[in-house]
Amino acid sequence: MSEPADLLVVGAGPAGMAAAATALAGGLRVVLVDSGAAVGGQYWRHPPAHARAAIPTDDLHHGLRGYRALCEALSAGRAAGRLELRLAHHVWSAVREDDGFAIHVVDRRRAPQETAGVLRAPKLLVATGAYDRQLPFPGWDLPGVLTVGGLQALLKGGGVAAGSRVALGGTGPFLLPVAAALASRGVEVVAVCEAAHPSAWLRHPGPLLRNPRTWAEGAGYATALARRRVRFRPRTAITGAEGGDRVTAVRIASLRPDGSPRPGTERHVEVDAVGVGWGFAPQLDLLVPLGCALTDSADGNAVVVVGGGQRTTVPGLYAAGETCGVGGAALAVGEGRLAAESVLADSGAAPAPGPKRLAGVRSAVARHRAFARALALAHPIPPAWSSWLTDETVVCRCEEVTAGAIRTARAEGGADDHRQVKQLTRAGMGWCQGRMCGPAVHCLTAGQRGYEPAERLVATPVTLGALADLDP
Amino acid sequence: MALKVVVVGAGVVGAACAFHTASAGMDVTVVDRGPVGAGTTSRGEGNVLLSDKEPGPELALARLSRRLWDEAGRELGPDTFELEHKGGLVVASTTEGLAALGEFAARQEAAGVRIEPVDRVQDLEPHLAPGIPGGVHYPQDAQVQPVLAAAALLRAALQRGARLHKGEVAGALTGRGGRISGVRTTTGDVLHADAVVNAAGTWGGEVGRRLGAPVEVLPRRGFVLVTEPLPPMVRHKVYSADYVAGVASSDAGLETSCVVEGTRGGTILIGASRERVGFDLTMNTAVVTRLAAQACGLFPFLRGVHLIRAYRGFRPYCPDHLPVVGPDPRVPGVVHACGHEGAGIGLAPATGALVTAHLLGRPWRGADPAVHTGLLPDRFLIPGGAPQ
Repeated sequence: MSEPADLLVVGAGPAGMAAAATALAGGLRVVLVDSGAAVGGQYWRHPPAHARAAIPTDDLHHGLRGYRALCEALSAGRAAGRLELRLAHHVWSAVREDDGFAIHVVDRRRAPQETAGVLRAPKLLVATGAYDRQLPFPGWDLPGVLTVGGLQALLKGGGVAAGSRVALGGTGPFLLPVAAALASRGVEVVAVCEAAHPSAWLRHPGPLLRNPRTWAEGAGYATALARRRVRFRPRTAITGAEGGDRVTAVRIASLRPDGSPRPGTERHVEVDAVGVGWGFAPQLDLLVPLGCALTDSADGNAVVVVGGGQRTTVPGLYAAGETCGVGGAALAVGEGRLAAESVLADSGAAPAPGPKRLAGVRSAVARHRAFARALALAHPIPPAWSSWLTDETVVCRCEEVTAGAIRTARAEGGADDHRQVKQLTRAGMGWCQGRMCGPAVHCLTAGQRGYEPAERLVATPVTLGALADLDP
Repeated sequence: MALKVVVVGAGVVGAACAFHTASAGMDVTVVDRGPVGAGTTSRGEGNVLLSDKEPGPELALARLSRRLWDEAGRELGPDTFELEHKGGLVVASTTEGLAALGEFAARQEAAGVRIEPVDRVQDLEPHLAPGIPGGVHYPQDAQVQPVLAAAALLRAALQRGARLHKGEVAGALTGRGGRISGVRTTTGDVLHADAVVNAAGTWGGEVGRRLGAPVEVLPRRGFVLVTEPLPPMVRHKVYSADYVAGVASSDAGLETSCVVEGTRGGTILIGASRERVGFDLTMNTAVVTRLAAQACGLFPFLRGVHLIRAYRGFRPYCPDHLPVVGPDPRVPGVVHACGHEGAGIGLAPATGALVTAHLLGRPWRGADPAVHTGLLPDRFLIPGGAPQ
């Protein structure tokens, strides 16, 4: 693409793909950037192109028709010279410039070699998704204990099952497809420990009933799990993992309504891998330093404030997908389309011609959002989850900071948020910069407020040599 | 009856003021709107330096402060705030630069700083780039973890009877003869006091205004880069000789002069930039790439090392680049302790001791008000009492 771009899209998952496709349909020139080796994001993650025929994964996916249509639209955009697709590019900073935005990227196509560069356009759309929200428990740092998203990524991306006897735990509907996917690959799923009680869904039946397709999907998983004799255990949690070099067993306990383990219910289950997930944390690293307003969402996360057209509070900056509130791929696709329509309108272009009218997309987005909110309220982080921590449990794995040290920082150091805990204990100062432990440290110190991640001016590690080469 | 003192600011300077005034038996309340050390204290590198200071009032305070950090280490435990006597190594990139550095160091030595000229810098820092003509080793340069240091000083002050009050100062209470008699907070709390210490750092200008005793303290933005954790590679605080020129400079634009050092956590810190842009928080990627280039120039191995974090803060500076420490002649009872620019961590204990000495009217822990007259606020004031 030789002419300057009209729009930068960061993230080529469902939201970013839909946004790019819509903007292309409306005649814009688009740069689509993603850290992965292919488009699709986490949701439509596939094996590498050369291995796709050998590793069938279609049965693990939903909405593949939509994915293929978006892939075709992007291919057509590239063929027409109006889409520049930058895969294996990591964005370490996004900044405002006089007449638009600049994103600072590291090109890792020939890793470990990396080259820094800058991409510019008048408008920026951030669709960076979310990642598994983790709560620590004794033994969670043993090899073999993964996130449920990690288990799913291994399956979808390489047909790899992380174990042969697997226990899953946490909360939220995502546990079900992962259990079903593992079972379909011959893995013995010994337990699915869901902290919430299914009756919690009945408290907000309206949004659930208005999304029949999701019901059908859920019923499909239930049938698949029942057929393979997978035990779904509501109101239970994995409260510990045991093992030497790697995990060999988990402790599972029934939970009281507040989420504390019911005494006497704990039992050991032998496993060789564990998957845990407590919902997702939106990936806001690029948006926070740009100064977007945030708001609390029903799942306990801070999310980006967007209007009906996915405009953030920063002019020229749009967000779509999980950064605006975790809600799944169908919502993300709708939001991506709406965001691109706003870009078109704000750029003075005509709306994109498409199969679905905009009003229809808007009402679908509203319906999916209400559904996501109902799900979040039905699957909260149990208030008393920290009762299964001991003082020795490591909370920040990078810097090996224990729950006891964090409690001391709170009690004696007066730390009342995760930033101050970081200053006093180094929790969140290591390699992952608190992406893993941040929500947990937040819950341990300031649980009543929404989790607002620390501002990260460097969104991904980048070598000083690559940066130095950029200096004039 | 004990003198009642309100210290505004729970950064490292406020904590040191609280520690020394409480140690002297005063009745102390520290007021801050945020947690301890959450402002500029948490945005620096923890420098306790003599090497970058030219002979004069600041160096005199720095020499006292260096001794008081050691004393604080003995009293509070050096590990509570990671006090490290790492020493500084200033390197010159050219032979002319080395000659100028040698001359500067000789004047410092005459003022009581220990210096050791170094011909082969690789003997001290094996990973330095080849071709560096030489440098000067400053064995007295040290480092602390600033937030832990502020927290330790404040904790010790509380143990000596001080109190912590969460709130933001809105204005002064005035007593007889225009003397300050306390402060009001924005939520309406009233704290009575015989003296109020302005230790609000970068916000010291605003707090001074609210107390009726304005001083000109302005923000200067500085970025610091943090690498991935590594085994020990850089043992001293290493910087290029241009850093000294940068500290004293009054240029409005971006200045960077590279400072590289390891930390106990294994990360390497890379500073220091200086920009006069007010309280603008915007990320400046040009600063990051410039600092990266300069650091890789000093230590070529850094080219393959990952940057994992960058942070920035606002260094509080006065127009003449000296801190303002001492009683305000316009409002009896107000004592300023701010404007330390990039040296607040290093200068904190001596500032606390000097404030205490001013309040006592006699020397305290080696701080003699008669010696440090160059830091008094009077220097900004014209006879009418208004700021110059």
